[in-house]
Amino acid sequence: MSVNLTLLIVMGALYACGIYLILERSLTRVLLGLMLLTNATNLLILTTGGYAGLAPFFNKDTGADEYADPLPQALILTSIVISFAVTAFMLGIIYRTWVLARQDEIQDDIEDLRVAETPRFDAEDDAPIPAETSEFPLTMLGSDGSGISDHADHAESGESVVAGAKKIPAADAAAEEQPGSRNVNPGPEGGVK
Amino acid sequence: MNIASFAPLAVLFPIFGAALAFLLFRHARAQRAVSIAVLSLTLLLECFLLASVWEGGTAAVNIGGWLPPWGITMVVDQFSSLMLVVSSAVSLAVLIYATGQGMADGDQDAPVSIFHPTFLILVAGVSNAFLSGDLFNLYVGFEILLTASYVLMTLGGTGPRIRAGVTYVVVSVVSSVLFLISIAMVYGATGTVNMADLAIKLADLDEGTKTLLHVMLLVAFGIKAAVFPLSFWLPDSYPTAPAPVTAVFAGLLTKVGVYAMVRTETLLFPGDSLNTPLMVVALLTMVVGILGALAQSDIKRLLSFTLVSHIGYMVFGLAMSSVAGLGAAVFYVAHHITIQTSLFLVTGLIERRGGSSSVDRLAGLAKLSPLLALLFFVPAMNLAGIPPFSGFLGKVGLIQAGIELGTPLAYALVIGGVVTSLLTLLAVARVWNRAFWRKPSDAEHPDPVLLAVPEEPGTGSRAGRDSVTLLPRTMVGSTLGLVVLGVSLTVFAGPLFKVSDQAAQEMLDRSSYIQAVLGEDTVVPPLALKAGGGE
Repeated sequence: MSVNLTLLIVMGALYACGIYLILERSLTRVLLGLMLLTNATNLLILTTGGYAGLAPFFNKDTGADEYADPLPQALILTSIVISFAVTAFMLGIIYRTWVLARQDEIQDDIEDLRVAETPRFDAEDDAPIPAETSEFPLTMLGSDGSGISDHADHAESGESVVAGAKKIPAADAAAEEQPGSRNVNPGPEGGVK
Repeated sequence: MNIASFAPLAVLFPIFGAALAFLLFRHARAQRAVSIAVLSLTLLLECFLLASVWEGGTAAVNIGGWLPPWGITMVVDQFSSLMLVVSSAVSLAVLIYATGQGMADGDQDAPVSIFHPTFLILVAGVSNAFLSGDLFNLYVGFEILLTASYVLMTLGGTGPRIRAGVTYVVVSVVSSVLFLISIAMVYGATGTVNMADLAIKLADLDEGTKTLLHVMLLVAFGIKAAVFPLSFWLPDSYPTAPAPVTAVFAGLLTKVGVYAMVRTETLLFPGDSLNTPLMVVALLTMVVGILGALAQSDIKRLLSFTLVSHIGYMVFGLAMSSVAGLGAAVFYVAHHITIQTSLFLVTGLIERRGGSSSVDRLAGLAKLSPLLALLFFVPAMNLAGIPPFSGFLGKVGLIQAGIELGTPLAYALVIGGVVTSLLTLLAVARVWNRAFWRKPSDAEHPDPVLLAVPEEPGTGSRAGRDSVTLLPRTMVGSTLGLVVLGVSLTVFAGPLFKVSDQAAQEMLDRSSYIQAVLGEDTVVPPLALKAGGGE
């Protein structure tokens, strides 16, 4: 089997550029990368057909080994059609991304971002003595209970509650008791702001 | 005239059905009738195929009368016909569910004129991949189902779906390119793409070339099957699609990848050359997948991670390359298609009833809708492998085969399998405790619909969507049907195990497949079956 060196070099260059491009964040470049990859693969299939021969139309006078192998060409045709459909679809998606977000970039996964942003410290979970906050909210927390109520808007600013070894502003502690409340946003070192 | 000669109709019915459904895009009702009728017909045909293969053995059909290895061949053996029946049954249930959803919602979310034809084309692609006896035709089958899945994934074109769709499309195209490269190399090395012919010719290649081709094919299929290091695209992309679409993807698409891996391992590259790396990968898939599931609060994402994790069981069974192991893997594939699909359908119902699919926002569903609780509980326990369900039987089969094999790695996988099963139980029990068991007032961010005073049945309203029926009868009915199918796999586990063991026996023996394609007098290269494997 003889191999065409030009084809091989072109194929290698297409693969290299294609792989470089699909690692980009811009969708158009990713699409171009995919197109280069599929075309490089088509060249690879062509190479596997061996030497270039005559067109595979039957002719009595031609020996069997003088024809080109028709099967790789049939495979390439199929794969061109498929990559054509996928390219058209990708262009549709890119246009849609542009319409929705006015940018041509792969967007970050929301759920991954949420996990990444979850603070490592949680005032309740990380307290040495778990603070029981559900049944009898704030009177259990070790303060005398004066000036503290279940409602965030009643809690006076400046009051603080001892939860385990930490002090939490009373307003924040009370806010946690509200149905539907978000966790209090703790400072970088814990509950003390 | 053998009934197996009608095998190509399993691909043609859905394709013509899709064309007809597309023509009827203005008539939603006729379109639904056409697609459901076509899919039922396909299912019926495939049941006949299974029966005929069961009676008469493997059969091959040469498309257009071109003899193998030149023409395109379709092969019906026990494994492929079993896969066809299970996949069509599941997609029929999902189609009915989607129809119910479309009727209840007035087709706001899913443009029905696109959905039905695309769904049928997806089914055609799956059938083509299962039936193909030709490596390139397998690639075409993959492309048909993938292209249909791109459309279904981005249905409606909302922001999150487009974002997830981009990841999905790019990863799938890259894996298809890898597959195509491997086909080119296989053709370059052997001069054929017919799988039966390859089974004979690949054996003559030298070890290095063989290993290269083997690894490339496995990597290409591993991306599609979501095997561990190549699985990260799955939980990112599946959960955003509409519930029925996620359900059918979870049930079928990864299993087509597993099917292709099984064919690669048994037919093309028999023997145990890559069994050790496959086992390591299987262990990692199981454990990493389920640990990912434990970290999730969204039920759809959690189920996507359990999907990845349970692919590990199938790879485990495959990697043992013994009759017992492969038989258990075949059984497990059939079980898992049914169970995982029904769980995603139930999640769709939960989302309708509770307004969310996040366990932080759900609560008290057991009291609100006991039927929904039952529909979730049975497949969830089945997935976790609680006796007497089929999940338990499949895992027992795998564990037995692993212990029979008796290598230290096999024992590690047995332990990993048990741990994964327990962690799956933990994951689904968390969903159960929070979404179904606790009081709505205990939820972190309860959905308003859960706190509202219960209304009269049938008039339930949901924020922003007043006329929506919360649990349409069609959707509940099709989910119930699928759950019952899952339970019946338990009841008929005996015959099913017999079918899957026989399928495994056939696949490891290879001679019936090769002789069905290339003629009775083909000499099949001898193959060392693993001593002590099964029986």
